[in-house]
Amino acid sequence: MLCLGFAFLYIPMFLLIFYSFNASRFVPVWGGFSIKWYITLFQSEEVWNAVILSLEIAIMNATFATLLGAMAGIAMARIRRFRGRVLFSGMISAPLVMPEVITGLSLLLLFITMSELIGWPTRGITTITIAHITFSLAYVAVIVQSRLVGIDESLEEAAQDLGARPYRVLIDITVPLIAPALVAGWLLAFTLSLDDLVIASFVSGPGSNTLPMLIYSRVKLGLKPDVNALATIIILIVTIGVIIAGWILSRQEKQRLLDQQMADSEKYDFSESIR
Amino acid sequence: MLYRFRQFLESARAWQSAIVAVPYFWLLLFFLIPFFLVLKISLAEYIVASPPFSKLIQFGEEGQMYITLIFDNFVFLWEDDLYYKTYLNSLRISIISTILCLLIGYPIAYGIARSTPTVKKILLLMVILPFWTSFLLRVYAWIGLLADQGTINDLLIGLGIIDQPIKMLYTDFAVLVGIVYTYVPFMILPLFANIERLDLTVHEAAADLGAKPFTIFRTITIPLTMPGIIAGSLLVFIPATGEFVIPDLLGGGNVLMIGRVLYSEFNLNQDWPVASTVAIVLLLLLVIPMMLYQHYQAKEAEAE
Repeated sequence: MLCLGFAFLYIPMFLLIFYSFNASRFVPVWGGFSIKWYITLFQSEEVWNAVILSLEIAIMNATFATLLGAMAGIAMARIRRFRGRVLFSGMISAPLVMPEVITGLSLLLLFITMSELIGWPTRGITTITIAHITFSLAYVAVIVQSRLVGIDESLEEAAQDLGARPYRVLIDITVPLIAPALVAGWLLAFTLSLDDLVIASFVSGPGSNTLPMLIYSRVKLGLKPDVNALATIIILIVTIGVIIAGWILSRQEKQRLLDQQMADSEKYDFSESIR
Repeated sequence: MLYRFRQFLESARAWQSAIVAVPYFWLLLFFLIPFFLVLKISLAEYIVASPPFSKLIQFGEEGQMYITLIFDNFVFLWEDDLYYKTYLNSLRISIISTILCLLIGYPIAYGIARSTPTVKKILLLMVILPFWTSFLLRVYAWIGLLADQGTINDLLIGLGIIDQPIKMLYTDFAVLVGIVYTYVPFMILPLFANIERLDLTVHEAAADLGAKPFTIFRTITIPLTMPGIIAGSLLVFIPATGEFVIPDLLGGGNVLMIGRVLYSEFNLNQDWPVASTVAIVLLLLLVIPMMLYQHYQAKEAEAE
């Protein structure tokens, strides 16, 4: 069952990769090995523009979403009572499940109303970035919150009792403690942004085509071997990224276990010497 | 004065309010207010203008205020068969795919939770990996698999099992496969987290007392993993109901789903009031599952 499940998850992806090396224009018909679709892909200015636009948006989105999401996560985990806490927690968890068409439509209506009233923002890179930050920050907040809930508050309290100013506690204690969650949140926000088609198509303006929008307009017309080539490159980058991340995480885990063992044995020695 | 201000900046209160206020303001402006705009426009009527909807509030010559609420769009949605059927069909497809995700996801989550620590880590990474690659491209992969001259039909014809290609692309089946394929990791992860926390001694006790494996599964494992089942099901059901990309690419014009209708009302027909009404009704349909999810999330956050 496990094997079948994983076959279901992975066979389509392997086929995408396989057909990207197909010389034939008709994707399911094998016409010999070729890398010509990669060459077409790299020569296309349209593709490069879309990649650059998507990366710009993804980086800005990830950075701002991590900042705002971390604040929201800290607020939820560390501040027990403030006005409107219920509404706040609702607004954090709702974007996680909100259908994209609704988010896209409602944000577009907001942007149009705003630009009528105050002449800002112009539809394009700004509006896409704002839209992405809004749903990404919810993911970051959930990650940061669950990390903080797992960490004892006593460290922060100790620092405070020893006279550290609130912002020093935040910068010297809380932020380092949630650093892994911040990295994970940044990466997740980055990927979510690169992956979004629906919300971006609602709020983007003329001339700003993100990579998913470009892929969609091509795929809409049927199977395209250069899209397969693009998919192969994306899958390759993600796989390498995930393997590296997994390796770093497991090394940290080993280090932590080692530290713990050493700490335990020292504790033991200490009790021995008392005796 | 300046001293007061500095003192305020250094107080814990100021920092706490800033940490709450900034994301709060962002979410109010870009998440909550937009919904009221959608509601407002759903009560307007379509006019040929830019923007293409009538004004809700108008002022007369002597400063009187007129508020015109038009419920025509809601009546129109109620009376038009197309919308009614589309909502029902969306719900039907998302319910079936949620059940399929559960049937496929549960054994996988169970298998992962019961494997050795190293294998567990690798398998978890393998569940997460597709999630990090492009969703759109993973849906696209299924066009190649399900098309009339696609991989599956070629294989079946090549093996001599069928002589005519089976029509799979642009049917309900294709949409179901697409939804299950892209959403099954959302089912596996909460289930895995839940199954991993199970206390196995309860199972052993039941087995020692003579319970059969199926009885143990039905009366102990399922009730204990209910939180995971509910969370996973909601994470699949809610977004699947409003899904646009999958019915658009794999269902074509043959499978009516509300996300696609909303998208085309807005972008192709330019009928903003009707699109907004469609969105409001969809939101009303999903508000109970969404509140359930919110309730579950809050409980989960406190339990940790």
